[in-house]
Amino acid sequence: MATEPVIGLRSPDLSVGTVTAMKAVFVRDLKTAFRQPQDLLNPLLFFVMVVTLFPLGVSPEVSFLQQAGSGILWVAALLSVLLSLDHLYRHDFDDGTLEQLVLQPQPLFLLVLAKSLAHWVLTGLPLVLLTPVLGIMVHMEGNSVVVLCLTLLIGTPVLSLIGSIGAALTLGLRSAGVLLSLLIIPLYIPVLIFGTGTVTAAAEGAPVEAQLALMGAFLVLALTLAPFASAAALRISLSNS
Amino acid sequence: MAFDSLGAFIAMEGHGPYVWTCYFVFFLLMGAISLWSLRQRRFVIEQQRRRTGSRAMPDNSPAGANFTRIEPSQD
Amino acid sequence: MWQIFHKLGSPKWFFGIASKLMPWLLWVGAAMLVAGIVWGLGFAPKDYLQGNSYRIIFIHVPAAFLAQSVYIMMAVAGLVTLVWRMKLADVFVRAVAPVGAILTFLALFTGAVWGKPTWGTWWIWDARLTSMLILLFLYFGVMALGAAISDEKSSARAVAVLVLVGVVNIPIIKYSVEWWNTLHQPATFKLTEKPSMPAEMWVPLLLSVLGLYLIFGWLACLRMQTEILVREGRTRWVKELVQARGN
Repeated sequence: MATEPVIGLRSPDLSVGTVTAMKAVFVRDLKTAFRQPQDLLNPLLFFVMVVTLFPLGVSPEVSFLQQAGSGILWVAALLSVLLSLDHLYRHDFDDGTLEQLVLQPQPLFLLVLAKSLAHWVLTGLPLVLLTPVLGIMVHMEGNSVVVLCLTLLIGTPVLSLIGSIGAALTLGLRSAGVLLSLLIIPLYIPVLIFGTGTVTAAAEGAPVEAQLALMGAFLVLALTLAPFASAAALRISLSNS
Repeated sequence: MAFDSLGAFIAMEGHGPYVWTCYFVFFLLMGAISLWSLRQRRFVIEQQRRRTGSRAMPDNSPAGANFTRIEPSQD
Repeated sequence: MWQIFHKLGSPKWFFGIASKLMPWLLWVGAAMLVAGIVWGLGFAPKDYLQGNSYRIIFIHVPAAFLAQSVYIMMAVAGLVTLVWRMKLADVFVRAVAPVGAILTFLALFTGAVWGKPTWGTWWIWDARLTSMLILLFLYFGVMALGAAISDEKSSARAVAVLVLVGVVNIPIIKYSVEWWNTLHQPATFKLTEKPSMPAEMWVPLLLSVLGLYLIFGWLACLRMQTEILVREGRTRWVKELVQARGN
């Protein structure tokens, strides 16, 4: 009689590859986010509203808006990313998913990287896609709008990555939102400077490859270092609660 | 001496107010943080002393229930 | 080697050493600072370009210098907290963060007041002043996070992570602010950079920098002692020490 292995007795293979785990985390974050579309929409609405405030609050003149447009859009994008950061770990923290994540055999910083990238796809990318419309509304020129979109495309992942550190540090604290902004805004300043500076240079007709390359360097630096800090901060915050 | 008189020293050729404001604020703030830190340490010592003092009282009382606190060294 | 290291980490040992060092730090530091300032104010020659307003340099530069190095010291202590879990390192970070913030504020304030006679306005978005302002924000962030987390151990480690993230960013911030400054303003002449400074100017400057360093050392020891007394209040040596001081 041929002995066939009894399926129920065979130990299931629990070890999942790191890449598979990262993909799973990434897809899960996207899925859960799309179940609550309002949370996705809010940062975008905020972005549009902040941009609207400037023509109303300062001046609707074409010359002013043309000059300040890139700065307005960058600051608004920065603030809306900041606003959305609170959600990055909050839900997972509340329902215990985060603890499971920390207990996984895969390196935590890679899972954190996957989460940060998911956060970027959910907030940064839509902001970039919305930028051309708002750029036209603040009378920016075509070339400047293209460069602005490029800088946002490179810059917003940096915002998400650095922001994940702040979100992890302030996890589970009272008034985490304000504290998070306080910790993170100083770290955002270089990205803002180079983001708007590049657009200004482009508007003056100067070459921008060097600045874009430098922003790319920021992105690489953030990609390599931020997940480590964020993972360390997560462990600290979880051991606290 | 870079100045001829005390008046010239204080006036600093019109720059006096700026220079003296800076030095005043500098010494004010450094003095304030120093004094505050000193007072804080004195306050903490005082507080700890009161706490340990009240706990040391039973030693003088007549024999009875005697609780000895076991305090492992933590340094 | 490890024994020395452990000894260094012992609050009790530190408390004793600090008590012995503190009078020296305070008096030598104060003497050097006062000597540097008196020399700078009264005896150093006038600057040919800025006149007498440059005499602010003798407190501006020490404050700015120390403000930056205190943050770097905090980062080193943060690394020690994370790697070796040394309690004393966190005590240091807690004790000096407010001092660093005050020094940064002083550097900003004196820079702004100096700007009035030199540039004709109280504030210019000059590269140095701007990066100092950002440094002040970083100090506030450290203090706010430390105050927000009540658990001592996680608070220590969270603050250490934040300080380290900040210290990685400081050169990036400095560089980007300088780049931004050249983009937006024609080169104005800088407050503190001189092609060549005569010895009558830089010797008192050096004296006041070193003096302020020593005074900072005194303040750090004092504040660390306070923090240790609070944290180690239950240990026997603190109780004995407190009794001895009280009588």
